[in-house]
Amino acid sequence: MTDTAMDKLAQRTPPRVARKVRGLSDRAIAWLFVGPTIFLLLAINIFPLIWTIYLSFTNYRANRLNREVEWVGLRNYERILTDSDIWLNMQATAHFLFWTLFFQVLIGFALAYLINKKFRGNDLWTTIIVLPMMLSPAVVGNFWTFLYQPQIGLFNYIVAFFIGADPSSFEMIGSVTLAPWAIVIVDTWMWTPFIMLICLAGLRSIPEYIYEAAEIDRASKWRQFWTLTVPMVLPFLMLAVLFRGIENFKMFDLVVQLTGGGPGSITELASINLKREAFEKWRTGYSSAYAVILFVTVFGLASIYVKALNKVKER
Amino acid sequence: MIKRALLMATAMSTAGLMGANAAQAEELTLCWAAWDPANALVELSKDFEAQSGHTMNFEFVPWPNFADRMLNELNSGGKLCDLLIGDSQWIGGGAENGHYVKLNDFFEAEGISMDDFAPATVYAYSTWPKGTPNYYALPAMGDANGWFYRKDWFENEDIRAAYMEETGQELREPETQMELMQIAKFFQEREIDGQTRYGVSIFTERGSEGITMGATGALYTWGFEYETEPGTYQMEGAVNSPEAVEALEFYKELYECCTPPGYTDSYMEQSLDAFKSGQVAMAMNWFAFFPGLYADPDVGGDKIDFFVNPPQNVPASTLGGQGISVVSYSDKQDAALEYIKWFAQPDVQAKWWELGGYSAHNSVLTDPGFEDSAPFAGDFLLAMENVKDFWQEPAYAELLLAMQKRLHDYVVADQGTAQEALDKLIEDWTEVFEDEGKL
Repeated sequence: MTDTAMDKLAQRTPPRVARKVRGLSDRAIAWLFVGPTIFLLLAINIFPLIWTIYLSFTNYRANRLNREVEWVGLRNYERILTDSDIWLNMQATAHFLFWTLFFQVLIGFALAYLINKKFRGNDLWTTIIVLPMMLSPAVVGNFWTFLYQPQIGLFNYIVAFFIGADPSSFEMIGSVTLAPWAIVIVDTWMWTPFIMLICLAGLRSIPEYIYEAAEIDRASKWRQFWTLTVPMVLPFLMLAVLFRGIENFKMFDLVVQLTGGGPGSITELASINLKREAFEKWRTGYSSAYAVILFVTVFGLASIYVKALNKVKER
Repeated sequence: MIKRALLMATAMSTAGLMGANAAQAEELTLCWAAWDPANALVELSKDFEAQSGHTMNFEFVPWPNFADRMLNELNSGGKLCDLLIGDSQWIGGGAENGHYVKLNDFFEAEGISMDDFAPATVYAYSTWPKGTPNYYALPAMGDANGWFYRKDWFENEDIRAAYMEETGQELREPETQMELMQIAKFFQEREIDGQTRYGVSIFTERGSEGITMGATGALYTWGFEYETEPGTYQMEGAVNSPEAVEALEFYKELYECCTPPGYTDSYMEQSLDAFKSGQVAMAMNWFAFFPGLYADPDVGGDKIDFFVNPPQNVPASTLGGQGISVVSYSDKQDAALEYIKWFAQPDVQAKWWELGGYSAHNSVLTDPGFEDSAPFAGDFLLAMENVKDFWQEPAYAELLLAMQKRLHDYVVADQGTAQEALDKLIEDWTEVFEDEGKL
């Protein structure tokens, strides 16, 4: 519709009707519709955020209601940022994040590429592959705990069969070296299908004629893959990585079920540590500061990433 | 005529009493952990219902979630529980945060004397500040960490001969911690009846209190203390004393040499599983489970026997058990107090022990027949003579989780040394006590 048509429509609309409906002005109607949403947004998101920021400067403890709340300034932040144990938790989180994304992107994209080829039964394979994603993380955690059990677990028997070792000679979730990989394996098993589905959507959105044109130009399959497929799927892939990245940064249930953060604190991700501080030790002020730091970290990283994503999309 | 009048009077007074009861009849909810003794308490409480007219409801939460669930309930001023059998460590927080009703006046009015209960249990389950005559609970369930073993294996002639050949000693209930490790090493990966067996099942759990409760069993016997002087919060030289370091090294070695594969996060349930499935020769657990173990059709009866936590430098056991408190947020405090009054009676306490609960009442414990009343009764008495408990401070959760982390990092994850683990523990605890204004 052109501007002229819009102007004509506006001229034909009687002004009184536009401004008043059952005694309500346009502005009032707008508030009537938008108001509840704004109120809910303020009540559920903004107020808790501001309250958390306020609490992060206090020594408040939610289980000690009769204790005087003191303003401690930046002490909580200082303690967190100078605590070597928390940096180890951050390191564990970074390790988990990097390797899960690495394997999920690699395997997810490869699976999508294979599934995208027309072959008999590919719909059935797609359904089978996405099954793990539909399970509850708590159930998956519990299920894999049994698989990893050194004495009765199937995982050890399979690995032992291939490497020719005694199944009970190694422990996945009880070993300092293997436990981080144990959770990476499970998360990859569970969430690779998600990356695969998004990549599949990307692959299927590429028009066939582009490949036909490339064929006419005598471009090799390898060149078609690198110059056509990858760049056109990349925005989809990056979006999937963003979702999984945010999700895995706050990963909790799966890891708690699998290792409980152990052995020792080797797999204690930042989210698990935060829960311990907030709801087991009840250091509410301290854990609020911790939550603010994590929020800023995720928000900052996600913002940089989204900028990069937009640049890729613009190309 | 007189007979008729008497009957009439009796009927009227009975009706009056019933009426009175009916008017005051309440539905009480008692909260506790979900385990064997809780079932015994349900059975026992039927007598209270019959006598008082009140109805008893029970809220039993599995141990792994018990603290989270119940402390949330208390912290939010919830009215779910009228009576709570809370863990011994909660007594400080329960008193200082106003969750528990102070029972001194009630005890005095009802003639309930704390002298009638074992002193260790009164000290541990009822008093705050520690050792003062301020009572917030009645000792309800005495408990300590103890040991049980495969008696049938210990009595097996071939196994005994093999042990004698290997160690030059008779195979018997261990009398020291070091002897316990020697026996555990002997059984580790030994084939018995065609199956591979292991030495011991010990507590290694990370999430709640497991590894602390297990490791302190060794630490206390080496002479571990929380403070150089009680009440000073001075921990340097006590918590990280050479004896404490040695004891922690011992516990780590015991874990490494003699536990079944995969028991890296094991507590009460996993310890029971390891024993009941015939994997281990010995296991640690709370006395509360011993009646159930003795009754077990596969490994109980003649196949099992029990022993108190073996001493090393001193005799000591890790304290378990709980006191029963009236929750201050309850609207039915009078009825709840009635329950406490009923529960404190010697005959009720005797029945409590009979049903499988561990009474802390002197009339039960000092009864001449007590030691022979169960195969673990004598060991229970021995254990209760030398029990030690974790900090009972209001900030106990922070203190406990710090210890859980330091011990698990060292014992299971093999990070650093015992000295470093205990030094770091002092740093953690110092920070907590500084925040609490106690240092």
